[in-house]
Amino acid sequence: MKAIVVGCGRVGSAVAKKLTKSGWDVTAIDENEEALARLGEHWTGGFVVGHGMDVHVLREAGIEEADAVVVATNGDNTNIVVGQVAQKRFGIECTVVRILDPARAELYATLGLRTVCPTSAAIEVLSDAIKSCVVKPARASAAAS
Amino acid sequence: MFILVAGGGKVGSNLARALTRMGHEVTIAEQRRERFVQLEDEFEHAAILGDATELFVLERAGIARPPDLVVAVTGDDEDNMVICQMARERYGAQKVIARVNDPRNEPHFDLLGISPTVSATQTIMALIEHEVPEHELIHLLELRKENLEIVEVQIDKASPSAGKRVSGLDLPAGSRLISVMRDGHAEIPDAETELRAGDQVLAILEPGKEDELRKVLLKK
Repeated sequence: MKAIVVGCGRVGSAVAKKLTKSGWDVTAIDENEEALARLGEHWTGGFVVGHGMDVHVLREAGIEEADAVVVATNGDNTNIVVGQVAQKRFGIECTVVRILDPARAELYATLGLRTVCPTSAAIEVLSDAIKSCVVKPARASAAAS
Repeated sequence: MFILVAGGGKVGSNLARALTRMGHEVTIAEQRRERFVQLEDEFEHAAILGDATELFVLERAGIARPPDLVVAVTGDDEDNMVICQMARERYGAQKVIARVNDPRNEPHFDLLGISPTVSATQTIMALIEHEVPEHELIHLLELRKENLEIVEVQIDKASPSAGKRVSGLDLPAGSRLISVMRDGHAEIPDAETELRAGDQVLAILEPGKEDELRKVLLKK
């Protein structure tokens, strides 16, 4: 099974390594050559330097034979466009797109894109963490006043 | 009309000014603060500070009404695509116009159904083609949505079509001659029209048929 990871930052590189561990053949793409270092010294997968919007770069990474694409560059709009290119132009149904803005993540999910929004997840986790704290009423009112 | 302009650089601000002068209601969104301050001086409350790919910024600019026209002319192609898509899909804006900064992104705009697009590079290239005679077949207009294009060719003495009637030409399927310009007059050709050296011929065709058409009209 072949996967392409577009954007090899903190998230992309970790996903690439994780997929490799579970047996995927992974090629990562990043504009910045130095991003290769994030994959570690023993990286056996592919790595292509270039922009995810560039169809030649996607082809070089082997998008035509890919079974899955993960899009996690640091630009929401870049991810939205690259995700749709992978899905609509190259027909890769399993295309997952990271979108930090919850509003856009929700909108594009309704438009048929598989979106993942870490911001929404963080909001949930933080709110739950606060709810699980036992706050004494006296302290709460003291803080309020 | 109510027109939302996303991007307040040179293109956006000049558009907004021209449209305002024409009597249209315009809002203009710009995310760079220094630039916004200048826009606010000129456009007052019609200038909106913020990233127009954020829904709340678009909403402050009046996207929910929705505008009769949304013009996305930021310097970033991804942003222009996302603005147009959201305007249409989420808010039901009927008409969008997008600027293409990098012509290599043009296929992405097409893929997402964003049309019409305007690209300064493409426009200048088309003008160059028009000026440079070696390019025998000049692209005048692309009707992307219709999947048709209009081209111009100049018939010369050596052209196989010179001296032939239109009915005698083996034009490729999916192409048609639409006008013949001769001595400063244009006429709409029919089967009987004879082509002559010096004619400027306009043809409409499906993209990809250029070579076949060139062979029939021009190649020795």
